[in-house]
Amino acid sequence: MSVAHLTSPAFKENAKGALADVQLQSAMHGVETGVVDRRRATVAKLPEFEALRDSARDIKNHTLAHLDLYLEQFEQRCIAAGGNVHYAVTADEARAKVLEICRKADAKLVTKGKSMIGEEIAINDFLEANGIAPVETDLGEYLVQIRHELPSHIIMPAVHLTQEQIEADFRRVHTHLPADRQLIEPQTLLTEARVILRDRFLSADVGITGANFLIAETGTSIIVTNEGNGDLTQTLPRVHIVLASIEKVVPTLEDVSQLLRVLARSATAQEMSVYTTFSTGPRREGDPDGPNEYHVIILDNGRTAMLGGQFRDMLRCIRCGACMNHCPVYAAVGGHTYGWVYPGPMGAVLTPSIVGIENAGHLPNASTFCGRCEEVCPVRIPLPKLMRHWREREFERHLSPATVRTGLAAWGFLATRPKLYAVAMSLFVFALGLMGKLFGRFRWLPLAGGWTRHRDFPAPDVQTFQAQWKRRVRTQ
Amino acid sequence: MGLFVTCLVDLIRPAVGFAAVKLLEDAGCTVEVPTQTCCGQPAFNSGDRKTTREIAEQVIVAFEPYDYVVAPSGSCAGMIKTHYPELFAGDAAWAPRVETFCGKTYELVSFLVDVMRVSKVAAAFDGTVTYHDSCSGLRELGIKAQPRKLLASVQGLTLKELYDSDVCCGFGGTFCVKYPDISNTIVTKKAEHIAETGAGTLLAGDLGCLMNMAGKLQRLGKKVSARHVAEVLAGIDEPAIGER
Repeated sequence: MSVAHLTSPAFKENAKGALADVQLQSAMHGVETGVVDRRRATVAKLPEFEALRDSARDIKNHTLAHLDLYLEQFEQRCIAAGGNVHYAVTADEARAKVLEICRKADAKLVTKGKSMIGEEIAINDFLEANGIAPVETDLGEYLVQIRHELPSHIIMPAVHLTQEQIEADFRRVHTHLPADRQLIEPQTLLTEARVILRDRFLSADVGITGANFLIAETGTSIIVTNEGNGDLTQTLPRVHIVLASIEKVVPTLEDVSQLLRVLARSATAQEMSVYTTFSTGPRREGDPDGPNEYHVIILDNGRTAMLGGQFRDMLRCIRCGACMNHCPVYAAVGGHTYGWVYPGPMGAVLTPSIVGIENAGHLPNASTFCGRCEEVCPVRIPLPKLMRHWREREFERHLSPATVRTGLAAWGFLATRPKLYAVAMSLFVFALGLMGKLFGRFRWLPLAGGWTRHRDFPAPDVQTFQAQWKRRVRTQ
Repeated sequence: MGLFVTCLVDLIRPAVGFAAVKLLEDAGCTVEVPTQTCCGQPAFNSGDRKTTREIAEQVIVAFEPYDYVVAPSGSCAGMIKTHYPELFAGDAAWAPRVETFCGKTYELVSFLVDVMRVSKVAAAFDGTVTYHDSCSGLRELGIKAQPRKLLASVQGLTLKELYDSDVCCGFGGTFCVKYPDISNTIVTKKAEHIAETGAGTLLAGDLGCLMNMAGKLQRLGKKVSARHVAEVLAGIDEPAIGER
């Protein structure tokens, strides 16, 4: 299977580059501190937050148990409202459908709101290759687009960039503007992006957005944004295409209102996002604005298989990004290191489901299992457990590295033979203990380079606890 | 009660085991140490369910006769308490046994406070310490208040809280050798936060995390000693981790 922009197999090399990248490290510092602290404060103000998480989990579980039913209901209601629903089993099918709609509309320019499904199917590359210009209108996505990068975070696409880098990119790309303009304040950058994008909004033929939720009872798609770009993307062009995936559907408006309460708090520590926009069908008689055509493309891309297996819980994900905001590994290496569209803990579970574990084996392994992701997940996805399930698959299929397998086998052999273990460990500890007597610790040890490259290793006593204990019991 | 001393304490730092014995005996327990190896967590987290299950059965058989099973580690106690049931799920012969077993398994400090109702210890420590909340103990077993409660009773000891004390130190079991450079970045931050407290001693409840943090502090030349919290609570005065 060939997947666009996939560098997950090179996770280790990616990580090496990321750890040495001074600008990235400086940009990532803000994630660890700002977002985490703000979320904690916002959540503390809502005593029922934990109960809301339970309710959010239950709503999603209920929906997943009856997914076919709710998808059908969504389709019926959407069509009744004048919209069109298209199912796409694969990324290829979704791309082809987008192109078909664009071609029919004779589109030259497409504006885009934030859509992770858009990233998943690499729609921008595809449109460009077919002579249609896609323009990202979310500021972060726009930055990523002009840098020819992937988003490094699912809700903060340009979180890996510093203010200085953004300024340099604007000067590089917006060459028609005066070179001596002042761009130091975040506000001036925003204003410049607004001016550039306003023009595109007005001339776009098709607007593509994602969907945070699809509501079955009304046939509505919802986007949650902070910049207002999504609204302009979906109301100004003649055609609006919504890119969604099967697990985005929820039964009712009431359900969505509950999910929205945990989404914004978990994502950006806001009580509510600035814009929460509901779209039901195209422009109706008497509507002041809106598209003439409204299409919802619902992508599967491996999700049905997840529904019937060990990774079903992952389909509860509402894409808030809290797991990556709280992940020490994500904070250290940034989103691009994960090598595809979805980074961090949720990506470590979802990416292998979509691109195959043989292409993303490092992702579920590069976790300390500290459990912070699960602790903050608004829909209580047991992310470490699901990552572990991927490790089990790798182990079963002999995909884990030979060194790991051999080491584990040798250790497992001893650990299941207590008497032999006692003898072997006594010898090991005795030798290591003697060698370490002089300094109390080692700066280098054979076969432990991964440890001693970065830290000292303490010298053990010359006798194990169990040996010392036996002596104590005997002498008592 | 049976002391599950943990493989790291057994091999690297027996003093923690003796500290645990002292604390448990002071609390009125009769301590025994059956022959043991490991809880199986390295195999479990590496995806090797078969080996994990073999080890888990061995642990259960060895410790089942005791009223309680106590480990000076939130990670190993968490492995037994929260993950063993998954290994035996749907196995009618084992599942009830495992449930009972998990119900009587505890991490040392939480066992002392929550079960034995210990509220103070007879120990003295002259100095300022800081405390790292190891992930498994904190998030799988909810251990946060218990060590602080007992530390508050240690004569002469001042606790200076650590910034981000609940953030992982980067150890992660085999993670630290599988991804040494990422682990290093995480533990470097942790070491800086520890040094910023100005405390002379770092305490935690898990030897794995402690070895990781101690090793980094030493490599960076920081003058902070690292000890298992049980050593201080028991008043055991061995050289600190990696010191002589």
